[in-house]
Amino acid sequence: MAKSKGSIIVDKERCKGCEICVLACPTGVISLAREVNSKGYHFAYMENPEACTGCTNCAVVCPDGVITVYRKKVNA
Amino acid sequence: MVENTGISDIVKDENLVYQKTKVLTDKVMHYCPGCGHGTAHRLIAEVIEEMDIQAGTIGVTPVGCAVLMYNYLDIDMQEAAHGRAPAVATAIKRLMPDKYVFTYQGDGDLAAIGTAETIHACNRGENIAVFFINNGIYGMTGGQMAPTTLSGMKSSTSPYGRDVQMMGNPLKMTELVAQLPGTWYVTRQAVHTPASVRKAKKAIRQAFENQKLKKGLSLVEIVSNCNSGWKMSPVEANKWMVENMFPFYPPGDIKLEGKMVGKE
Amino acid sequence: MKELKLMKGNEAIAEAAIRAGADAYFGYPITPQSEILEYLMAEKPHERTGMVVLQAESEIAAINMVYGGAACGRKVITSSSSPGISLKQEGLSYIAGSELPCVVVNVVRGGPGLGTIQPAQSDYFQAVKGGGHGDYRLIVLAPQSVQEMADFVDLGFELAFKYRNPLMILTDGALGQMMEKVWLQEQKPRMKTFPEWATTGKTPDRERNIITSLDLDSAEQEKFNMKIQEKYRKMEAEEVRFETTDTEDAEYLLVAYGTSARICQKSVRLARDKGIKAGLLRPVTLFPFPKKILSELAGKVRGILTVEMSTGQMVEDVRLAVEGKVQVEHYGRMGGIIPSPEDIVDALGKNFLK
Repeated sequence: MAKSKGSIIVDKERCKGCEICVLACPTGVISLAREVNSKGYHFAYMENPEACTGCTNCAVVCPDGVITVYRKKVNA
Repeated sequence: MVENTGISDIVKDENLVYQKTKVLTDKVMHYCPGCGHGTAHRLIAEVIEEMDIQAGTIGVTPVGCAVLMYNYLDIDMQEAAHGRAPAVATAIKRLMPDKYVFTYQGDGDLAAIGTAETIHACNRGENIAVFFINNGIYGMTGGQMAPTTLSGMKSSTSPYGRDVQMMGNPLKMTELVAQLPGTWYVTRQAVHTPASVRKAKKAIRQAFENQKLKKGLSLVEIVSNCNSGWKMSPVEANKWMVENMFPFYPPGDIKLEGKMVGKE
Repeated sequence: MKELKLMKGNEAIAEAAIRAGADAYFGYPITPQSEILEYLMAEKPHERTGMVVLQAESEIAAINMVYGGAACGRKVITSSSSPGISLKQEGLSYIAGSELPCVVVNVVRGGPGLGTIQPAQSDYFQAVKGGGHGDYRLIVLAPQSVQEMADFVDLGFELAFKYRNPLMILTDGALGQMMEKVWLQEQKPRMKTFPEWATTGKTPDRERNIITSLDLDSAEQEKFNMKIQEKYRKMEAEEVRFETTDTEDAEYLLVAYGTSARICQKSVRLARDKGIKAGLLRPVTLFPFPKKILSELAGKVRGILTVEMSTGQMVEDVRLAVEGKVQVEHYGRMGGIIPSPEDIVDALGKNFLK
């Protein structure tokens, strides 16, 4: 069965750590980092990258448009 | 067994499924973390890119938090005086009827100081799109009571909660303008979840597409959060919005193709 | 083709706007200037030239429609009378702060408040000192005849676009309502190309155009203020317009604009019949104000009397220009009362020939 594997790139300097993407992710991929960016925000990152399906939900809700999403079909 | 596909195999141009639209500039938005303005801006920009109307669109920005919207959208824009955006947009559209013209206004701008301009642009049936961000508070000036502040809701000028006996009632501008013969499409949306964002984007697209019909004004209200004004975290603010704003400002279509939804 | 017609001043302004190739008029009815909107609606300029004419819901909406149209690089005009002009001040400040060209006609009536619907010149301060908030000026033209009411529309657009600045035609109910013959210029075509700063849609070959009066950076805002002040200094150097009557040998100078200036022309003759060597200076531009000629004439005369249909507003600018060289007095009537030529000669006598 064809399955999607995804990955996101967070522009961490522009991320404001609002956490809305964390809630929007259906597979629990994203967390806020312990470290902060130059503005002092705990930026979003893939804590659990293996679970990402590339569904784009995180990017779709991101108020600052900082998430780029990639998706590839892989064989199960 | 899943193929051993690493991130470097996925992050390739051919696998790109979502990136920030080029109609948004690279400038970091000044909005607070989690603010719905950023999402609403992005959706408008995405629709402009998808319809390929960057050269054909003129936007009018309000006074309020979104006053600097022109820094973020790579289109020609005018900054209107407080509340006057529908009058400004009226002239733009009348002089350049083939352009796509929109206003972007907050609740103070559209529903308080600009009530007359809003109602008359709607009633004249100007062929423009009005995007109305309703977060029930004056964000820019520091959280004062807005015309849309809920009964009992605290703000810096209703510190014990809005007392409707003393301060008047919250105003449902969207339902009000839907009554006017000049409006063609009136809807209320939100941008707090992936599903709501996708629906809101469809509504914004519709409001742009409607301008081709020349049948009247399209108004898209977006119920939004103001976590700084409400003094909550972004996630809490969205939850509070669903529990408190939605019962009074329910999302959904109010008028479609010039007809009230749910009425004969 | 040029055409000779008998028209009211208000109608002449409306017809002149069409012929100047104006793209739009936005207005709201108010006495004594409603004929402007009425004439335009009856004349169907959308059929003659494609000009847009729209009755707005208020003067506030009308001036903001002017903002929107002007920001698209179009020739846009509005008109009102005193209370309505007060409502337009917010928009005018934004228009000046965004450096947009437009023509605004004020057919002045007596104030303050609702005042009277009769003619007055009591909006001088508001017109020449800015009117709204912030450091800005309007270019102000003061016609004295129906002919000038018409001519100043085209001239107004020319100057407004030259300086990217709002321009006001400051007239009054008498000139608006009176009928005179007027030569109308031939129809100018509407513009086909627009200034490069106009919001006409961002094409790939240029950066986006933003029309705004906002700059949160204090240093930048100060720089902008200096820049528009430069513009006003340039107007003062290059755009001053005035007329003199019998000033060569004058011992007493009348200074008046608009309707008052017209009356003063008769007063000059009456005074000379009595052996009083009177002359008249008529400022045509109230901003920029004809300071230099006033300063020159002040050195030659024994006294200056300003005549205004107000408690005396322009008199302050005359005194500033004269710098104490000679006594400057004011004579005026208010509330819609127009002084007679004899009243003015009497006032000259009372002030200077006791």
